[in-house]
Amino acid sequence: MARSVHTKTIPSSTRYLDDVRQFVVTHAQEAAFSEDTVEQFKIAVDEACTNIIEHAYKGQEHHEVDIAIIIDPDRFTVRIRDEGEPFDRSKYKEPNLLELTQKRRAGGLGVHIINRLMDRVEYRTRGPVNEIRMTKFRTPPSTTNGTKK
Amino acid sequence: MSNFSVGFRSTGAVQVLALQGELDAHTASELEAAIQKCQDEQQYQIVINGENLQYISSAGLGVFMAYIEEVREQGGDIKIAALQPKVFNVFDLLGFPMLFDITETEDEALTKFENAAA
Repeated sequence: MARSVHTKTIPSSTRYLDDVRQFVVTHAQEAAFSEDTVEQFKIAVDEACTNIIEHAYKGQEHHEVDIAIIIDPDRFTVRIRDEGEPFDRSKYKEPNLLELTQKRRAGGLGVHIINRLMDRVEYRTRGPVNEIRMTKFRTPPSTTNGTKK
Repeated sequence: MSNFSVGFRSTGAVQVLALQGELDAHTASELEAAIQKCQDEQQYQIVINGENLQYISSAGLGVFMAYIEEVREQGGDIKIAALQPKVFNVFDLLGFPMLFDITETEDEALTKFENAAA
């Protein structure tokens, strides 16, 4: 099975999140991933796009978000590109739920969800373009004793 | 575009918010408005019925987090009931069961409010 790539571009508005979820679900199902894995992609891509819209583009709706689904025999990767403010990973702190509720706040959950659900998450900035790649392997990377992580 | 709606009904002193559809960053403001309405009417005993909630992202979860402390300070609670398994998984991933009362059925949540009042 050769690599197949499917692309979609949306305006930087949350009204298009549903379209993106549908796009990802369609291709993840076609690639014969389990229902659970399809749901995981659905939310991870939603969270990534939401972060781009809200943080990279600061809620401005006249920009673009480019989504590519890359299906290889052993993995499924979603690559999302934007030209907004890059995500500063050094400023990211894993969320503490109790602390957030006490402060009546709710930030950083999206990144946490992505990190928990995807096998591999990579960030890259080249010139004006920021990119996040989220990958799940068909067989998850195993630990040295062969058990699933 | 995401489809989401909140249905309101009361059972005694408890306000039940029945969520329908997909709760994401686009529709989260509707949930926020619904909970704020409860606050404005001084209804602090809230049950969220998630039977028809098909999807939730962190935007939706964030709304619950923003209101829970205030509601509890007023002697109430936001209990979350009847979540579909795939939706519960997202709550669970973020550790929500540690902080929120999540029940299998709406009746269970209502009973808990009754017992707390007794």
